[in-house]
Amino acid sequence: MWTWFYRLASPPYVYGVAATLTPWLLAGAVVALGYGEGVGLFFAPADYQQGDAFRIIYVHVPAGWISMFCYSTMAIAGAIALIWRIKIGHAVAAAAAPIGASFTLLALVTGSLWGRPMWGTYWVWDPRLTSELILLFLYIGVMSLRSAFEDPARGDRAAALLGLVGGVNIPIIHYSVVWWNSLHQGATVAKFGKPTMALSMLVPLLACFLGFMLFFGAVLCMRLRGEVLNRERQAKWVREAIKT
Amino acid sequence: MGGYARFVWPSFAVALIIFAWNLWSAGNLHAAAKVRVARAVAMALKERT
Amino acid sequence: MSVNVQGRVRSSAAMGLVIRREMALSFRRPDQLLQPLVFFLIVTTLFPLGLSPLMSLLRDMAPGVLWVAALLSSLLALDHLFKSDADDGTLEQMALSGQGLWLIVVGKTFAHWLVSGVALVLVSPLVGAALGMPAHAFGTMMLSLAMGTLTLSWLGAIGAGLTVGLRRGNMLLSLIVLPLAMPLLIFGANATDRAIGGESPAGALYFLAALCVITSTLAPFAATAALRITLE
Repeated sequence: MWTWFYRLASPPYVYGVAATLTPWLLAGAVVALGYGEGVGLFFAPADYQQGDAFRIIYVHVPAGWISMFCYSTMAIAGAIALIWRIKIGHAVAAAAAPIGASFTLLALVTGSLWGRPMWGTYWVWDPRLTSELILLFLYIGVMSLRSAFEDPARGDRAAALLGLVGGVNIPIIHYSVVWWNSLHQGATVAKFGKPTMALSMLVPLLACFLGFMLFFGAVLCMRLRGEVLNRERQAKWVREAIKT
Repeated sequence: MGGYARFVWPSFAVALIIFAWNLWSAGNLHAAAKVRVARAVAMALKERT
Repeated sequence: MSVNVQGRVRSSAAMGLVIRREMALSFRRPDQLLQPLVFFLIVTTLFPLGLSPLMSLLRDMAPGVLWVAALLSSLLALDHLFKSDADDGTLEQMALSGQGLWLIVVGKTFAHWLVSGVALVLVSPLVGAALGMPAHAFGTMMLSLAMGTLTLSWLGAIGAGLTVGLRRGNMLLSLIVLPLAMPLLIFGANATDRAIGGESPAGALYFLAALCVITSTLAPFAATAALRITLE
């Protein structure tokens, strides 16, 4: 029963699967995002409190979700690579990091654009935004550490370990930031998410989630192919693969 | 679309930029890796002859 | 010293040896001990100059200023943690001694804290007084700083282990350790702040103690793994 697992860990197999998956994932992302963002922008009713500005959540919330999801993908792939010495894990972790960082940035920018009409300023030390900002720093740390080593294999393992340490820390950081925030301001600021959402608002949001996930998968596959090629430069199958 | 103009459109524009960058850089990474492998293959061939 | 049948030093004795060696070394190079302390004092001097000499204003800022300066200066000292021993090969010899790298990491990090962390804690009332903190808050401040610097030493050991082989690892060390240290700043500064205001700092101190215990148990493994990656 473990054969699929070993096959999954073999670079040529992954390279091929990633190539097959990419167009399907991209097509799915286009459909889901087209529906979700389109309905979210033009057809979902405006929020009774926040007006049309609430439509930013159709970008902000899925971006924040991907930023977290991507970090766990990176940390878990790195852990698998460290513990079982499965090299493909490093390629996945290396592929995930820049995507995650870019979506963290997107969540930060849209969060601050949402803050302007809500709070009257572009930046508020709101726990979610602060956590996102620290997450961005963690991504930058992992990426800089990986590229700081001349020996790429060593950089991979160092980055995997740091990713893991950061992963253990993220809940602690998030919790402490929430605690800190609750001390310094009352719970009067409006927050994203949670409050009961009308179905007509929720359905497009779920479609956006799906679209962001599919897009993440597609880009991850594309990057993964590059990372695998970079790591397997010497292998024979690589020479066959680039001919086609 | 009064409420849209100032904050919603910029948000979606930023999102579009991030999506485009992801696609571009992923494609770029793969293409550059291919070029590097091709160069390594060419070097190996040259050494053999 | 107790030696068992295989001629290997017992691990508790070995740990003691590592700690004693580290402390002897750091007292022999007093500048390495003093520089972070002076840095701590200089950074805290910058704030009154940059903000205002008004004591009432400074008192409000004191916990944050003190904690930020303490984090930065201990991080500066942590860069040396493994560097000199890695450069001259001592660390590899220790790793090959059969005692396990883990022991050496724990010994070195703890010794580092015993010297630099404790020194920082002892100097902190001076800074606190200069920033207008009332004397009744010193106890809490020193306790929170002691736990905070110990936790930071463990986190820093991971970072120092990861960056030990790099030429410009100093900047990178701060870049990767500071985000991890943010909870420390939050709880530590809050405990100090409450003590200044005459409230009970217990809540924040408990959180800080919990962080200290969690990090002290988990970080040695991570730091050892980090050194293995960079030394091998």
